[in-house]
Amino acid sequence: MSDLLNVSSNPHVRDKVDTQRIMLLVIISLLPATVFGIFNFGIHSLILVAVSIISCVLSEYVFERIVHKKSTVTDLSAVVTGLLLALNLPPTLPVWMAALGGVFAIVVVKMLFGGLGQNFMNPALGARCFLLISFTGPMTTFAYDGVTGATPLALLKAGEPVDTMSMLLGTTSGTIGETSALCLIIGAIFLILCGVIDLKIPGTYIITFVIFIVLFGGHGFDTNYIVAQLCGGGLMLGAFFMATDYVTSPITPNGKILFGICLGVLTGLFRIFGASAEGVSYAIIFSNLLVPLIERVTIPRAFGIVKEKKGGDK
Amino acid sequence: MNKNVERLQNGIIKENPTFVLMLGMCPTLAVTTSAMNGLGMGLSTTVVLVVSNLVISLLRNIIPDRVRVPAFIVIVASIVTMVQFLLQGYVPSLYSSLGIYIPLIVVNCIILGRAESYASKNPVVPSVFDGIGMGLGFTLGLTLIGIVREILGAGQIFGAQVLPLADASTGKIGYTPITIFVLAPGAFFVLAVLVAIMNVVRAKAEAKGKPLPAAQGCLAGDCSSCGMSSCTGKSSTVEVKAPEEDKE
Repeated sequence: MSDLLNVSSNPHVRDKVDTQRIMLLVIISLLPATVFGIFNFGIHSLILVAVSIISCVLSEYVFERIVHKKSTVTDLSAVVTGLLLALNLPPTLPVWMAALGGVFAIVVVKMLFGGLGQNFMNPALGARCFLLISFTGPMTTFAYDGVTGATPLALLKAGEPVDTMSMLLGTTSGTIGETSALCLIIGAIFLILCGVIDLKIPGTYIITFVIFIVLFGGHGFDTNYIVAQLCGGGLMLGAFFMATDYVTSPITPNGKILFGICLGVLTGLFRIFGASAEGVSYAIIFSNLLVPLIERVTIPRAFGIVKEKKGGDK
Repeated sequence: MNKNVERLQNGIIKENPTFVLMLGMCPTLAVTTSAMNGLGMGLSTTVVLVVSNLVISLLRNIIPDRVRVPAFIVIVASIVTMVQFLLQGYVPSLYSSLGIYIPLIVVNCIILGRAESYASKNPVVPSVFDGIGMGLGFTLGLTLIGIVREILGAGQIFGAQVLPLADASTGKIGYTPITIFVLAPGAFFVLAVLVAIMNVVRAKAEAKGKPLPAAQGCLAGDCSSCGMSSCTGKSSTVEVKAPEEDKE
């Protein structure tokens, strides 16, 4: 028999895609926002980014050494966690808090639950919320050009005018990586073109959120208000880079849409009816917890299986 | 008397209600924001536990088997009410910080568990010692959790500042409290880590060939420890019902 007819067992098509490659693409896509944030906020934000990444990688390495596991540092997922955590920190945060956040993200949220692929919650956001609850003062002090002031989103909530253009470009106060919607969208387009993420989650997230604020925001269909809400806070960063995390988002196509709707509604609820101006982090980690339930109700029908009729056949 | 010492040891170490049996988790997680609260809660529970074990053990041959649980609850509730009034009268600050968790001692599963699995089947003296042991074990657990949470969350132990706090306005270097530890999530973190440490110690001791006596469930005549609540009081009764020197 010729080799042509000799069929091995599947898989037959192999690709170069592995965890390391995907993580590398995510890092590259985050670079515009990171570089912009560092230029925008100065040298201290660069130190924060570096410390956060080093802390994450080091905690993963040390933890795996202690529990005698194979080191997974080279898959770069800890670097992504560290980078995302740093982008979610205010630029004036003390360095040791960033380091503590990195340790919490990797050890408590990720490794204790079994490492990459087993964590039930986005490690970077888990750590951000840990820091936010622990050190509310430093985590909510936002300075821009040496002046401490409210973030555009807080101004918006207070009903004051905001400069939508600077929010789009990012020349305003906020966390290191969230201010420039433009840079984040450039990175997101790169990720979508590379096929790392698809638009299901971020798309439904943003559409649901827009519908929610048009209905309940109290401004009706005010374009300026909607754009300000979209560009302000961590919405762009959260929607494209954190809600789409493979581990903590649903795997089923319909589940992704349901997940996006949950995110949009929760973010809207937190932002408009909540006490604080921002709610993206809490919306994402809350929805992360719903993922097992969402997946259970959205299992796709296998090809050839006929849907059972309700009420049986009488 | 050996048996009484064994009961004490059993409650504090072998079947510590907080770290081994995992009983009474609701007050454990809720009131341990400081060492003082933990100690206060633990001692209140100990008092209730000792007196209820005493009374239930005295009445164990009078209470009809069918209505034993309501009878136990009436006894426990009366004692809790007394403790509540005493706390309100003499330590009002502790009373207000423990709040709803004092009346909730009535339904604390340690107390009902000990009444059901020990006091209702054993003579008075061992039952009292069982109550003391379990109560002290609970107090130990709560105080430990309280101390850790208070140090990390406020830099204090029993209200005394052991770690000098940092002050950003004057530039003083010191400890910045990690507030999450005095909030609800901190209780889970601290409890989980302490239980993990206990398990490591236990595993190390077993590896060295000197096993710490593990909770043995039905073998020790102690159903509350085995986690299979469906079988409570079925197989253990025979073993415990035949003590060496019974009858007062």
